[in-house]
Amino acid sequence: MYSRTYKTLVAAPPLFWISLFLLLPYALMFAHSFWLVRDGFVVQQWNLQNYRALFTNPLYLQVFLRTARIAGSVTLCSLLLGYPLAYFLSFHAGARKELLYQLVIVPLWVSYLVRGYAWKTILGSDGVLNGFLQYLHITHEPVSFFLYSPFAVILMLTHIYTPFVFLPIYAALEHIPRPLLEASQDLGANRRATFLRVILPLSLPGLLAGATFAFVLSLGDFLAPLLVGGPSATMIANIVQSLFGAAYDWPLGAAISVCILLITISLLFATEHLEKRWSFK
Amino acid sequence: MSAADAISAQNARLGSTSLLEIRDIAKRFGQTEVLKNISLQIAGGEFLTLLGESGSGKTTLLRLIAGFEQPTSGEIWMSSERLDTLPPYKRRVNTVFQNYALFPHLNVRENVAYGLRVKSAPKNEIAARVEDALGMVKMRDFADARPATLSGGQQQRIALARALINRPQLLLLDEPLSALDANLRKQMQSELKALQREIGIAFLFVTHDQDEAMALSDRIALLRNGALEQVAPPREIYSRPATAYAAQFIGQTNLLRGEVRGECATCGAIRIYPVTGPDGPATFSLRPEAIKGFLDSAAAMAAPYMTFKATIRQQTYAGSTELLEVECAGQILRVRVPAGDPLQGEHQFVFSPRDAVRIRD
Repeated sequence: MYSRTYKTLVAAPPLFWISLFLLLPYALMFAHSFWLVRDGFVVQQWNLQNYRALFTNPLYLQVFLRTARIAGSVTLCSLLLGYPLAYFLSFHAGARKELLYQLVIVPLWVSYLVRGYAWKTILGSDGVLNGFLQYLHITHEPVSFFLYSPFAVILMLTHIYTPFVFLPIYAALEHIPRPLLEASQDLGANRRATFLRVILPLSLPGLLAGATFAFVLSLGDFLAPLLVGGPSATMIANIVQSLFGAAYDWPLGAAISVCILLITISLLFATEHLEKRWSFK
Repeated sequence: MSAADAISAQNARLGSTSLLEIRDIAKRFGQTEVLKNISLQIAGGEFLTLLGESGSGKTTLLRLIAGFEQPTSGEIWMSSERLDTLPPYKRRVNTVFQNYALFPHLNVRENVAYGLRVKSAPKNEIAARVEDALGMVKMRDFADARPATLSGGQQQRIALARALINRPQLLLLDEPLSALDANLRKQMQSELKALQREIGIAFLFVTHDQDEAMALSDRIALLRNGALEQVAPPREIYSRPATAYAAQFIGQTNLLRGEVRGECATCGAIRIYPVTGPDGPATFSLRPEAIKGFLDSAAAMAAPYMTFKATIRQQTYAGSTELLEVECAGQILRVRVPAGDPLQGEHQFVFSPRDAVRIRD
């Protein structure tokens, strides 16, 4: 339909863009992960030392497991908040649907940093939450674990990623033909059975997409632990950041990045495969 | 309602053979009156069709019986059980939906088994009954297929099998054939009718297609703007339409408006004798095929035939018959005659006064 020249011309800019800003950096990162640092300089000497360090030093595994735990908790919490919210909006919101939808979306327009600092203000020792609890005489001195803890990181990331979980679930629920729900009831299924046998299975692809968003984005997050996490909530991305920054060990940082990248890519492939299997068009 | 009334209502209910009884049902959506005090009974094993134009309220009535809508007033009873206060999943009626509403994530077997699964029927019983139901609609070979891979007619059969698996006493069908093309539609009509005879379940069938209603039904309930126009068997509704609307909606007709005096009606240049009913203005329905072209004027004089002279205005050929539009003293009538030679000029026409049905206008 289109000429060869036209196709080439159209494809060229994005290809160039992807090569320059995606493929090339990945290639550099991949190469760096097999190099080493000597006397404060990166030496292009191929070796597996970085990967060996990763798998032998328990610190990295420990931080990685904590990261996965935090990302898992964030995913679970966002699902527990996002699914009922999407369900309510799709099936019971009636005329308020549009307004509520906008209210869910609006926080996405607020800068990540602003939201992070907001949580700092809320959770801190002289923050809003502690002030409130003391005002009500529920506590008598500031509760310290609100801020600078894995709890704070999970809370903040859940707040940030719940809309991301909400959106695909909402889209999936909106796409369920309503006569199916009537057919289910007609055949003798009450609300609960209809939810479990029709709504839930048909919203699984959306649920999975949302869960993947929350998990993958949390897995690579470094700002939340930096702002509200403290040392007990250091995540893998913070390690990478410090290796590329103060510690100046780019090869080791690159090796960790390669691992995260591989995990993320396999996750995305797995979930995409599942989503395809679970969608019935 | 007094106690005596309640008892007589109870007796009427127990005494009658009706399976479903719709009592004085009204439904409003906001300011719109969709159904106006409908009363209707369905007998066990009957094929009753709700016929009407879109917006006549036929689908709403079906949804009230299924339980997807609540009546504004009135009651629905089924075999001495009040139906309209029950949630849909507790009603012993099942529905075949307009676009089938098959579950896309379940295969054919699972779709059909759905009604038994949610009732936690024993596994071997489910398997046997699903197999039976699939056999009944000749779809055993497709048990493992997903609905999306099936044709419209096949999906239709699965929807039917799924709705019948719970052995309802009454099956509701919401324009089930409207998505099929004409040929398949005819075929499904006869299969549907045969199936209904075989299993003996009452069918309440919604359609806007009068031919379909005529071909399938034991009785037709004609709805117009939320009110029942006429409820009668197809032959009766065609030969003795109660209203002008019924006469015109089902088949073609000529409406003759005039005056009755004594036993004689005068509608312009056309006289009808004898007629029954009170004197005064009256409307008669006269089907085009009840009028015959009559070239021999001597025979036309023989009672009890009515004759009139009319001029041919138009002749439309339709294979075995032709439709004539004739003018009789300013009145246009349609006449269906066996196909023949082209006609012109003035002719004599005759009809029997029994075919002129006095109707409500």
